Amino acid sequence: METTVRTTHHAEAAAAFLRDEENVDWHNETLWFVRSKRDKAATLLPEWEDLREQASRIKNHALSRLDDYLVELEKNAQQNGITVHWASDAEEHNRIVLDIMRQHNATQVVKSKSMLTEECHLNPYLIKHGIDVVDTDLGERIVQLRNEPPSHIVLPAIHLKKKHIGDLFHQHLGTDAGATDPQYLTEAARIHLRQKFLLADVAITGVNFAVAETGGFVVCTNEGNADLGAHLAKVHIASMGIEKVIPKGEHLGVFLRLLARSATGQTTTTYSSHFRRPAPGQTMHLILVDNGRTRQLASPDFRNSLKCIRCGACMNTCPVYRRSGGHSYHTAIAGPIGSILAPNIDMKQYADLPFASTLCGSCTNVCPVKIDIHQQLYKWRQVLGEAGAVEPAKKVGMTGMDVLFSRPSLYRFAGRAGRRLMKLFPSLANNGKLNPWAIHRDMPKPPAQSFRDWYAEQEKK
Amino acid sequence: MKVGLFIPCYIDQFYPQVGIATLRLLQRLNVDVTFPMEQTCCGQPMANSGFQKLAAGCDRNFIRNFADCDAVVGPSGSCVLHLKEHLHDEQHPTEAAHLRNNVYELCEFLTDVLKVEQLPPVRFPYRVGLHTSCHGQRGLGLSSASELMKPKFSKPEQLLNMVDGLELISLAHPDECCGFGGTFCVFEEALSAKMGKDRVADHLRHGAEVITGGDMSCLMQLEGTLRRQRSNVRVMHIAEILTADA
Repeated sequence: METTVRTTHHAEAAAAFLRDEENVDWHNETLWFVRSKRDKAATLLPEWEDLREQASRIKNHALSRLDDYLVELEKNAQQNGITVHWASDAEEHNRIVLDIMRQHNATQVVKSKSMLTEECHLNPYLIKHGIDVVDTDLGERIVQLRNEPPSHIVLPAIHLKKKHIGDLFHQHLGTDAGATDPQYLTEAARIHLRQKFLLADVAITGVNFAVAETGGFVVCTNEGNADLGAHLAKVHIASMGIEKVIPKGEHLGVFLRLLARSATGQTTTTYSSHFRRPAPGQTMHLILVDNGRTRQLASPDFRNSLKCIRCGACMNTCPVYRRSGGHSYHTAIAGPIGSILAPNIDMKQYADLPFASTLCGSCTNVCPVKIDIHQQLYKWRQVLGEAGAVEPAKKVGMTGMDVLFSRPSLYRFAGRAGRRLMKLFPSLANNGKLNPWAIHRDMPKPPAQSFRDWYAEQEKK
Repeated sequence: MKVGLFIPCYIDQFYPQVGIATLRLLQRLNVDVTFPMEQTCCGQPMANSGFQKLAAGCDRNFIRNFADCDAVVGPSGSCVLHLKEHLHDEQHPTEAAHLRNNVYELCEFLTDVLKVEQLPPVRFPYRVGLHTSCHGQRGLGLSSASELMKPKFSKPEQLLNMVDGLELISLAHPDECCGFGGTFCVFEEALSAKMGKDRVADHLRHGAEVITGGDMSCLMQLEGTLRRQRSNVRVMHIAEILTADA
């Protein structure tokens, strides 16, 4: 069935989010605070811009020989005793996870943060198959209890206030009604999660960096929850997008310095855990997932987006994201980078996202691996326009504009007529129903003559 | 050097005084400037909406008007950036390339080409907030961006500092987007309006009497927001301040 072309989804969701202005201001300021922390952390490294350049080059290189590095990773991982799986899409990934669970008669999973599993919709899939899956990152657990997706890739529950958490925990974890003390609530979550860790048969983690040279991988968390899960459970499944591979261990120094500083302004994540081989008595699985990445890789315009290390800096700086919230992007990875990645997965469903930006370019400047984010958003708009994935009305409007602007006499006539009309019927121009600009802003006052008319008069004098 | 004055469509129609100030400023600096009468628009509205290819007629018209100029100068960073990055015509590739490489935003032209160190005397005794437009700042490199750990500079500030009596205020967010964003201001009306409101608030909080910048489209957004709030803070294009005779 043909999906209806609708490029207004983000705008509508943003408008709904904006109805509670106080909350929007709080959301905006909270994320700006994180961006400021990032600035301070970056300022302290005189080599910051060099680091970005190095990171960008390493990623460019890795992507240019992705096939070689993935095969090298697989070989070395296998030698270390890790079982390696390849998944071409989300469905295959989820099936592999379920198969592993069944092989071990497992029914309880603890999962640390992994945007890839969000992208694959793993949780609903496992639940459907009778598996109890618990997210162990505190923010992720909060949104899981609320039955909603994370709104930010690093700060999954950043859209919620202490009061929301208090009410939620009262309902699910039996904390005192009305409690908002972070220490008290965190302690309750900690006790609750400890029980889950102890019972789990399988631990699922994401992968921040996989090292081809060693066959190992690195998982970064601030709560140590990935480590608790992976060390307690008999089986550790790590899922990674194929773009996460880097050539050598020595490259980690560049990325680990950039990742936490860009994400939260920390010098490094609290736990950067290196997994190389299963502990005695345990099994370790590494799933390499494509899910559209090779398609992105094959596209010169969008390949660069695969350099992303998921730090979330582009979201924290984005003036649109800060005021519209992560859920307005209706995709696993919100914000500027998500708006490039999502249309690659489904062009029609996500046709609105490349337009949910003013192309201000701040995302491009904060990106630790130098992805030309705003340029790619612009390119996506062209691709969507040509593919007919933009509302027909918009196209008609834009064709009309070109007709107007390629005929100077018509342009002059229309300009004069328009200004006269605005003067005669100012209420028409300032009517929000006819002119969305005028809902919250005044139209400029039409001048008596255009610059062109003035100039022509001067010439005559 | 023959300089073509590019007055973008919306400035032509709504802000003729900005065109006049730009022309006067260039003339005062002894630039040989002409205004091709058949010019219209840079094509950005179409391109930003995903229809860059539909702007072919518009591009051709631009090239027809300015091909014989050594340089083109316009008082709008956003339009200039669009031309720099995307002006294109299959039938006239050489002319298009020439124009892409020789189109300048006004402040850029003054500081980098004319290397102005002193302006004909102007006095503007007001507290002024400078809105750095995203396309001017990050796109054209008119000033340093807060995200990059590089030396700080600002071409518009450099020029405003030449104005007698002018006091530049500092802002909490020196380079936050105003939310105009071309057709974004209509298609994402609620968000765009909120961004405008926040941008204006930063200037008001820091005591601006006048808000200025090099991009009239951003200024239109800020002006529309201020007027709706019945504020009497004025909005002026930088060309108007650089030619102000108080």
